[in-house]
Amino acid sequence: MTAAILQLVSVSKRFGAATALHATDLSVEAARTTVLLGPSGCGKTTALRLMLGLLQPDTGQVLFRQAPLGPESLLKARTQMGYVVQDGGLFPHLTAKDNVRLMARYLKWPEPRISERLKELSELVRLEDSALGRYPSQLSGGQKQRVALMRALMLDPELLFLDEPLGALDPIVRAELQDDLARIFERLGKSVVLVTHDLAEAAFFGHVLVLLQDGRIVQRGSLEDFVSRPADPFVTRFVRAQRRFDARAESESNA
Amino acid sequence: MRVVQLPRCWVVCVMLLLSVVARPSDAQGAPTTLRVASKAFTESVILAEIATQLERSAGVDAEHRAGLGGTRLVWDALIGGSIDVYPEYTGTLLDEILSADSAAMTSRAGLERALAAHGVGMSEPLGFNNTYAIGLTEARARALGISRISDLRNHPELRFAFSNEFLSRHDGWPTLAQRYGLTQTNVHGLDHDLAYKALQSGAIDATDLYTTDAEIRRYTLLPLQDDLQFFQRYDAVLLYRLDIESRVGATAISSLRRLEGRISASQMAALNARAKLDRVPETTVAAGFLREAFGIAQQSSERSVPRAIAARTVEHLWLVGTSLLAAILIAIPLGIFSAKNRKLGQVVLAVVGVIQTLPTLALLVFMIPLFGIGGLPAVAALFLYSLLPIVRNTHAGLSGIPSALIESAQALGLPRGAQLRLIELPLASPLILAGIKSAAVINVGTATLGALIGAGGLGQPIFTGIRLDNLSLILQGAIPASLLALAVQGLFEISERVLVPRALRQHSAE
Repeated sequence: MTAAILQLVSVSKRFGAATALHATDLSVEAARTTVLLGPSGCGKTTALRLMLGLLQPDTGQVLFRQAPLGPESLLKARTQMGYVVQDGGLFPHLTAKDNVRLMARYLKWPEPRISERLKELSELVRLEDSALGRYPSQLSGGQKQRVALMRALMLDPELLFLDEPLGALDPIVRAELQDDLARIFERLGKSVVLVTHDLAEAAFFGHVLVLLQDGRIVQRGSLEDFVSRPADPFVTRFVRAQRRFDARAESESNA
Repeated sequence: MRVVQLPRCWVVCVMLLLSVVARPSDAQGAPTTLRVASKAFTESVILAEIATQLERSAGVDAEHRAGLGGTRLVWDALIGGSIDVYPEYTGTLLDEILSADSAAMTSRAGLERALAAHGVGMSEPLGFNNTYAIGLTEARARALGISRISDLRNHPELRFAFSNEFLSRHDGWPTLAQRYGLTQTNVHGLDHDLAYKALQSGAIDATDLYTTDAEIRRYTLLPLQDDLQFFQRYDAVLLYRLDIESRVGATAISSLRRLEGRISASQMAALNARAKLDRVPETTVAAGFLREAFGIAQQSSERSVPRAIAARTVEHLWLVGTSLLAAILIAIPLGIFSAKNRKLGQVVLAVVGVIQTLPTLALLVFMIPLFGIGGLPAVAALFLYSLLPIVRNTHAGLSGIPSALIESAQALGLPRGAQLRLIELPLASPLILAGIKSAAVINVGTATLGALIGAGGLGQPIFTGIRLDNLSLILQGAIPASLLALAVQGLFEISERVLVPRALRQHSAE
């Protein structure tokens, strides 16, 4: 087993009376893609936000490289993490370029280093140069996600978080970006945590799939494990539901 | 540790503002200047102007703060020490100011003692008694052979029209009729201005008036003699702070006393008529009186109209600019605070909201005990008024930022201060600026009320014009004030282009 870059150690979180995440242990392996999977409200996004320190756990600890993520270490740790949300989360008052280089400028990187990094990244995510000067409102959905990915990768973080990065895209753009993302993960060899409700997408990206239900991890493994060695009837139900949908979609598209 | 550091420019602005606000000429400053004040009606302004010019002719450094609101305000300013002298009426002293003091009622000595307890001295009466009177046209009075109120008994057929106040007052018509045994039954309520016209046209025979009304001359009326001394005496006197003797000098008091017994009711009515009917500025009216009565030639210090407007506009801009700048510097941090601390934030919003509901005049008057009269209390009141739109919009602008953006900013690793400066404030800037804009426009209008507490500004000609029924004077204040409001609006449209990020502008060309 590879070394864990980030671990949840019996971490739990409640919102008022509702428990979003029961005491959970989970480790994110270095240089691998971990997919948090499950229906909406299962706690996968809560788990992600706990890992990023956007939420404070009620119990337990989040360890980033074996050190607890506390108020003092949080800011530094975050510069070693990248985060892409569903619709990109780009700042509308800044151009794509300024969105990407915001943090580098704040950290007073020299300008040549910034422009070099910008160039590298726009090639990596295949974003045309003209798009860099535009404001988010002038970008297409796919372009927004590419810019958001550039912003997340700007400081060359070790750990990349993506929350439903393809959720808001139309199918063609989605397929394109899916391929690009897989290629980028492959090439960079970063540790990635991706949240999705889509089993096919999870299987496409994930080395490790983590299925959650009602704030608990139901099973952790590969798609193969989910299909042939389900830990719980829910796993089978979840797999079937998605397959049935895919099968129907397939038959419809064939018709 | 997580405290957001105050941006340096904010600190610099606050220091600048404090230095501007603390300019020396206001309120407590200039102790050797004799500050004469008047209430907001013509007779008071003329009397105070006469006193001021008389003081100046005696070498006293005197200034006149003309037309400050009502009795309570001027009295409070006098005992609070922000003014030194103002004209008052004995009846008002007894009825309104010292009504709780029964000793003051019994004798003149009792009244003087009661005033002295407040550190206030009183001159002898200036010579006229401005009280209620019953008036007929001179021609009609002569034809009927009437000169005293008791003469009315012989003419029960006369038609009377009185102001509604006079009809209902305890010292008004019902008691008057009883006292004099008047039996007229044709008695109606009528607006004062209409009553004069009705008298002139012969529609009525008599109405109530004040013994020094300018209209007495205009309509050649005869105020009937109050031969049973029914009406309370409203002898005009000058009230002054006793400490002016040591502060300004004994001349200050002896000059005031030169006016004792020198102004008759008909003279006062003539002076009022010159100001109100002939539209002669009060300073000139006062100078004319001093020339005739005392042989004192005063240099008229009237400014030309454009220079007067320019000076008023500068005063106005000072009121608006200072209060708005202060409001911006305080309200934006307050708005940020209330957006970040939900519970305390609600308290902040509620408090600034309550301030906004206070009537403007009341707020101006509340400021007087704290800041005296003049520009400072007006700036303080305008400042308080400007808080709400800015605090509320800052709060709304920051609270309305989508949480995905806030989390993206946090996840980047930006510290709180940088997050506020680089992300949140720019995103909220269109709303914040809109809040400042509405505060500024409201402020320009509200600042005209500052004239009532001696702050000057464009309200000065407006209120003087209203008092004198002089449209051109009203316009000298109203037009520049409206232009100023438009200019402020325009200025903010421009600054919107500069301050609001291009992509967030409402009328963006894209």
